[in-house]
Amino acid sequence: MSTSSQNRTQQQFLDVVIDAGDGWIGDIPAGSLFRVVDLHGNQAVDTLFYDAHDLTNRFSAVDTIRFQGAVYLTTGSVLRSVNGDPLATIVEDTCGRHDTIGGACAKESNEIRYGEHTRFQHACRSTFVRKAAERGLTKRDLTHNVNFFMNVPVTSTGGLSFADGVSAAGKYVELRAERDLVVLISNCPQLNNPCNGYDPTPVQLLGWSQ
Amino acid sequence: MTRDLLYGVQVPGGSGWSILLRRQQALRLTAQGPDASVSMLVYAAADTTERLNVPDTLKAQMAAAVRAPMTLMSDMGKALLSVTASSLDWHDAITGHGLDADIAARFGGTTYQSARNEWRRSARTCLLEELRVHGLDNRDLHATVNWFTKIAPADDAAGSLRFVPGHAREGDFVELRAEVDVFVVLATSPHPLNPDAQWRPAPVRADVFAVDAPAADDAARQFRDESSRSLVMAERSCA
Ligand SMILES: [Zn+2]
Repeated sequence: MSTSSQNRTQQQFLDVVIDAGDGWIGDIPAGSLFRVVDLHGNQAVDTLFYDAHDLTNRFSAVDTIRFQGAVYLTTGSVLRSVNGDPLATIVEDTCGRHDTIGGACAKESNEIRYGEHTRFQHACRSTFVRKAAERGLTKRDLTHNVNFFMNVPVTSTGGLSFADGVSAAGKYVELRAERDLVVLISNCPQLNNPCNGYDPTPVQLLGWSQ
Repeated sequence: MTRDLLYGVQVPGGSGWSILLRRQQALRLTAQGPDASVSMLVYAAADTTERLNVPDTLKAQMAAAVRAPMTLMSDMGKALLSVTASSLDWHDAITGHGLDADIAARFGGTTYQSARNEWRRSARTCLLEELRVHGLDNRDLHATVNWFTKIAPADDAAGSLRFVPGHAREGDFVELRAEVDVFVVLATSPHPLNPDAQWRPAPVRADVFAVDAPAADDAARQFRDESSRSLVMAERSCA
């Protein structure tokens, strides 16, 4: 379905496993391929993209949605920056649907959504600010993210829900970097909704340069 | 019940405006023409790194659009504004707002010298100008609520989106009550998915009222547990 699977003679520059509830920040060069693998299934991978040469030119969920005229992300979706620039293109997707309107979990929003007893549970935003700081980024630089492998259906009557994951063990999504990128990931620790199948698990990142 | 008009401003179409709205004040926006659009950014006045979070707002209230009596939540779980009333049951929050490139491509570019104050400026340009004169910048951008705009998803596999022409008419309104002191930035440029071939941004009337804090039986408090908890977080921060 995609050309990328035949391109494995390219130089591999990345192969890491991100534990459940941990994060990653790193560089993905323009033209390279970048794969996120849902090792055990139903794992939300909260991901942000930044133009490596201008970190304020960052991923924008709503600009991405407007440019493609559709809510869900899948093969062919171009992830755009707040200035409308292409940051990455989804070139292969064995899952079929990814979310970008559900945002990330935070301790504060957990308390609003699930009640006071969840206030001290680990959350994506804590991972985001910790990893972002490695590159001098702060909360101001955190914007609405992509949730790979997460299923958030919307309806024509304005409904929205967090549904069971459409992903399964071994499903993956592969992107081509359209410019030099910094990628920030939180492997979601959420325990209170079906986005991780109530059991957060590790994911794998793979990268091949052009 | 307190409801005293403090002042009002007529915001021309295609313009930017900002306002410090205090707790126990409400902002009523009234469309002055068809297909009016008001793209809005919201910040906690006490700390502008705390800002409207559209994903948190939508997922906590299980909605793909903004409507009364939802609260607009910050990234810190606080209600910044409550939608206390509206003549419309759909206000878009998932498609962002226009960039100058959209306008130049569709209507041709303008400069101040060529068009004076009739120049065609995008919502982004208007919002950034207001942010910058308050010491904020593009790092402070977030998903806007686009008042009066309906862009409905189809129930198809892609979640295809369609702009609904004629959704907002002259006289349509929305009223927003501040739950903490908030800095509100808005732009009245047309939404870029509006297919209207003519550039005719509708003006919007903005009226500010003194109002009561939400009572125990407030509609937002009774809407959902999540909405109610966001009001409690706002109240705690003002206690
Ligand atoms: Zn999370």
